Amino acid sequence: MVTVSLDKVSVKYGKQLALRDVTATFPGGAVGLLGPNGAGKSTMIKALLGLVPPDRGEMKVLDLDVRTAPLQIRARIGYMPETDAHIPGMNAVSYVAYCGELSGLPRADAMQRAHEVLYYVGLGEARYRNVETYSTGMKQRIKLAQALVHDPDLLFLDEPTNGMDPKGREEMLELIRDIAVNKGLNLILSSHLLPDVEYACEHVIVMDKGAVATQGPIAGLKGHGGRVFELRVKGDSDRFVEILQAAGLECHATDEDVMRVFVPPSPDGFGATSPNARILFQLAAQHGMQVRHLRPSLPTLEDVFARAVGEP
Amino acid sequence: MPIHDQGYRRYAGRRESHGRTWWVIARAGLQERLRERRFLGLLLLAWAPFIVRAVQIYVASNYPQASFLAPSAQTFREFLDQQSIFIFFVTIYVGAGLIANDRRANALQLYLSKPLTRVEYITGKLVTLGLFLIGVTWVPAIFLLLLQMMFAGDVSFIRANLFLIPAITLFSALQVAVAAVTMLALSSLSNSRRFVSLMYAGIVFFSAAMYQALRGITGSAAWAWVSPEDTFDIIADAVFRLPGRPAMPVPAAFAVVVVLIAASLWILERRVRAVEVVT
Repeated sequence: MVTVSLDKVSVKYGKQLALRDVTATFPGGAVGLLGPNGAGKSTMIKALLGLVPPDRGEMKVLDLDVRTAPLQIRARIGYMPETDAHIPGMNAVSYVAYCGELSGLPRADAMQRAHEVLYYVGLGEARYRNVETYSTGMKQRIKLAQALVHDPDLLFLDEPTNGMDPKGREEMLELIRDIAVNKGLNLILSSHLLPDVEYACEHVIVMDKGAVATQGPIAGLKGHGGRVFELRVKGDSDRFVEILQAAGLECHATDEDVMRVFVPPSPDGFGATSPNARILFQLAAQHGMQVRHLRPSLPTLEDVFARAVGEP
Repeated sequence: MPIHDQGYRRYAGRRESHGRTWWVIARAGLQERLRERRFLGLLLLAWAPFIVRAVQIYVASNYPQASFLAPSAQTFREFLDQQSIFIFFVTIYVGAGLIANDRRANALQLYLSKPLTRVEYITGKLVTLGLFLIGVTWVPAIFLLLLQMMFAGDVSFIRANLFLIPAITLFSALQVAVAAVTMLALSSLSNSRRFVSLMYAGIVFFSAAMYQALRGITGSAAWAWVSPEDTFDIIADAVFRLPGRPAMPVPAAFAVVVVLIAASLWILERRVRAVEVVT
């Protein structure tokens, strides 16, 4: 099942090209839209909602053309915006019910669902408080509630854990996962936080500079046939990163003095190919460096991301 | 217990068809204002001139010696003219925050991510303000006409002044439309309702003062077009068929109103967007 498809979509803000010839397919379930700030994730979501007209290209959401049926699409979509947003002057339950009515629910049903959804997102006890008095974490939750109240077929979550404390973030990710896995809703999670996407999603679309860098199931992208090694050398590690990159290996430094190197499969001498760390020792020896730490590691989404966007 | 265990049910109930959301917005706006005692006080005050006029009509109908108080087209024109002060206050009270508050709270992107168009959003906001304004102009004026009929016990006045019903309707509609649309346009220009209130009051008073100054300098009343209030005076005299030579041609006065409304709608078209692009 395909929930969203884009075919050569370009979006411009004035002279700035925000999306360039984006072609992507979002399968059902939870899909992560990953990329650094300014990669075009939010623009893509706004274009899919029909809020930003594309300069060219075709977009379909739930088999409906964004250009010709934006209202039908929005009736079946829940959108949680990135920025702090609420309807002013209302308490939480009135606000969520109001959003339900705006999305087409009858008044009584909207009110009933508002209560239910507020309990679901963990705001049951605070539902009669004015939204303007909410903390940042509570505001994130109520944004999710207003997106869920009309029971959409597809949720767009734009940076849902922004500004949340660790516990709140964990609970929000739990909720997102529950929505996708147990409640059967399709969702697109836009985030620049790799762990969030890795935790909640099965598929990922990585964006960089307004274009799709890579896309596919996270497990598949992590596999890739190669292997990631954690490596520490004695000597100028920055220079060694350059040496590895010059040798055609994908490599990026981490917060500590450990670097992560992706070694592609190479002939192993037995007629097969496998990732071989010998090349790392050879390069170190050639440049007078000592390998002090080498450990095979499981590829993470961070490696996929680094490979996709070509980060050093 | 983890919060997600508290359940989420799929919804299989009825969904309304598109095109009715403007009323959802208008109803919420009406309810929000009607909950405020201060605003209810303002509405009551706005009906005070109605009571005075009702007493005047009662006395004129029942006491022959007070026949000089008998209503005429002039009475209704003056009544609507008096109501313009309440139009001013109700417009500021209700209208200043209608879009400005939504802009402050980033609500536009929420509204426009729902199945409603910008036209529906603006219509909902206009209806909120428009209904209150109709409540202090057209409704009391028509009630006065009905009271006259009741107190007099016949329909001779209405029959002789049949044009009053369309005149009251047209003039009230113009007053309400201009006040509501211009205020909404101003409200879309800022995130602060206080600033919008100041802008509206400034425009009303400044334009009137400017007209008086230009009139004093040039000696010509043709500058009335710079002041919406004075433009309305010309339209009112024409609509209520009052004698006198207008300061400027009546079609020109109507054109000023049309230009004001068109300019306001243009501003709204530019400003009411879910995504603001700064280039």
